[in-house]
Amino acid sequence: MRQVLEGSHAISEAVRLAKVQVVAGYPITPQTHIIEAISQYCADGSLKARFIPVESEHSSMAAVVGAAATGVRTFTATSSHGLALMHEMLHWASAARLPIVMGEVNRALGPGWNIWTDQSDSLSQRDTGWIQLYCEDAQDALDTTLIAFRLAETVNLPAMVVIDAFYVSHTFEPVDVPDQETVDRFLPPLAPRFRIDVDHPQALYPMVGPAFFMEMRRSIQEGMEAAGPAFDAIAGEFESVFGRRYSAVETVGCEDADLVLVTTGSVTSTARIIIARQREQGKRVGLCKIKQFRPFPAEVIRAVLGPVPRIAVIDRNVSFGSGGIFAREIQSALCPLEKRPAVYSYIAGLGGRDITPETITEVLRLAEETPMPAAESGWVGLNPDVKP
Amino acid sequence: MSEPINADRGLTYPGNLGCPGCGASIAINHALKGLGEKTVLVIPASCFAIMAGPYPMTALKVPILHTAFATAAVTAAGVRAGLDMQGDNETTVVAWAGDGGTFDIGIQSLSGAAERNDDIIFVCYDNEAYMNTGVQRSSATPYGTRTTTTPGTGWKRTRKKNIMEIMAAHRIPYAATANIAFPDDFIRKFTKARETRGGTRFIHVFSSCPTGWGVASSLAIKIARLATRTNIFPLYEIENGTDWTLNMEGDLPVGDYLGLQGRFRHLSPEDLEQIQREVEANLALIQERVAATRVRRAHLKLEA
Repeated sequence: MRQVLEGSHAISEAVRLAKVQVVAGYPITPQTHIIEAISQYCADGSLKARFIPVESEHSSMAAVVGAAATGVRTFTATSSHGLALMHEMLHWASAARLPIVMGEVNRALGPGWNIWTDQSDSLSQRDTGWIQLYCEDAQDALDTTLIAFRLAETVNLPAMVVIDAFYVSHTFEPVDVPDQETVDRFLPPLAPRFRIDVDHPQALYPMVGPAFFMEMRRSIQEGMEAAGPAFDAIAGEFESVFGRRYSAVETVGCEDADLVLVTTGSVTSTARIIIARQREQGKRVGLCKIKQFRPFPAEVIRAVLGPVPRIAVIDRNVSFGSGGIFAREIQSALCPLEKRPAVYSYIAGLGGRDITPETITEVLRLAEETPMPAAESGWVGLNPDVKP
Repeated sequence: MSEPINADRGLTYPGNLGCPGCGASIAINHALKGLGEKTVLVIPASCFAIMAGPYPMTALKVPILHTAFATAAVTAAGVRAGLDMQGDNETTVVAWAGDGGTFDIGIQSLSGAAERNDDIIFVCYDNEAYMNTGVQRSSATPYGTRTTTTPGTGWKRTRKKNIMEIMAAHRIPYAATANIAFPDDFIRKFTKARETRGGTRFIHVFSSCPTGWGVASSLAIKIARLATRTNIFPLYEIENGTDWTLNMEGDLPVGDYLGLQGRFRHLSPEDLEQIQREVEANLALIQERVAATRVRRAHLKLEA
């Protein structure tokens, strides 16, 4: 059924449809609407789940770790400082091989306090062993959440569904909300591979010495490697059931392009318009949206971007002392190729600064006109009058 | 005739990684007698996280979920929620933490669970310092103690945090102190905690640490018994945060306990006197609350 939903509530709705059994939550702007709606579902009985209103995000993740270890489907959501506070437990959840799904609303980290969108929070958690899926709009958020449960439960790794603060989280859009029966067909009840069982006592996650530790970490890497093909297969099944197609990397007009713009999240929607306009004007430009950040779809990136002469990457994030994180990942993925595209890296839109059609046009112009990419990322949209 | 209270129900395997004379090793034996086999233990970073056995071994015959240092109570709450959602209301979920995982880094999530009144038992086996990392002070370390972070003349000059008052302030259904040297009382309290379902129960266990305290391992029980007999660690119960019961009163001066331990060897007679006064004042407070409880109960009876 088509409904007008806020991006946050698209995720809450997916959690209800996924028949999640235990949810823990702690409020933080701009995530709060997700868990508010879920507590409402628990209160009115439309979701038969236990909602645990914890006292911190660190505890949110610990609560769902405990619950997931008993073999139930679990969810939590957070943002920014909340995600940073959870960091320890993110490692715990993935090494515990628990298929927890988390809604993550991209927001900058302070100081200064900033509640607006910025990918620094989720990308700081790059190495925690979480699958990361970035969404462009509310429909994407709902669908990706459903896919995330299937994916996490297939490879026994936790998955993060990431949306932009406000541009997606607080924007109302028409969303096709599937009916329960169809979702049940796509997402059967969780069949845990292991769980706490008093009749078969075992110790979960005890001390592990050097004799076993590396093999356990290797197994997480293998799980991540399996998550790539698993995502493709599950997305394929999703398309056959719901008619909407998702892929780790989506491309528009890349085949004949001299220049491809790479984006993630809601910026993509703006970029689609600019790219379409420029193509109408006869420019050979393309668009590449990266949805799946972990596992990083390096092979697809090589196949799609390898033949393109120039690539411009917009990063709404920065790794201080290095540069735009998506750009660096792409450069690393392209490195094994004999003939490599020139990768132009641009940082834009930090802390919720608008990435406007003009910003995107400027990025494309810079990449076209600069003969060789600089080693450092360029910063686009800085105000020369602001001197911190 | 009822079953002897100290009958070994065999929920621990012989041998674990504890030091000789470890109070926690004795404590888990007693505790599981009161808790039974339908128990899930949640263990944060602590001596016990090591003692319970490295992969792929375990020292216990009940399921264990190891978790991060700060999260014992809330992980247990998550386990409880997961079991409840599957219709298992019978299994007891027990967080088993040291004093660091209770008094210090664990107190936030413990307070959260107690405020929500989550249906778990939280056990603090208190050896009064960070023993697993090599005897550093915690907020459970008593006044006068030398540790590796309160060394020499810098011995700890602040008092031990009163965790029982903190837990009582949450008005949880049941809180008790227990001591490994008093197994019948110990097991009775764990049994009562198990039977008091539907809210957070807290048991503060006195757990001697010969390694960290500078006493012979053969004195582990004796030293624990002296802690209660000198009223340094009184045995009492608090129901609903307001109804206090004192289980026994000590009869010995604090010097009998402090004098046996390397960690207190530097204390002067004046220091001992000060500690004696503090211990007496603490006991008097408990007695006042016990008396107030009796008065309130008598009033309630009259009204009825």
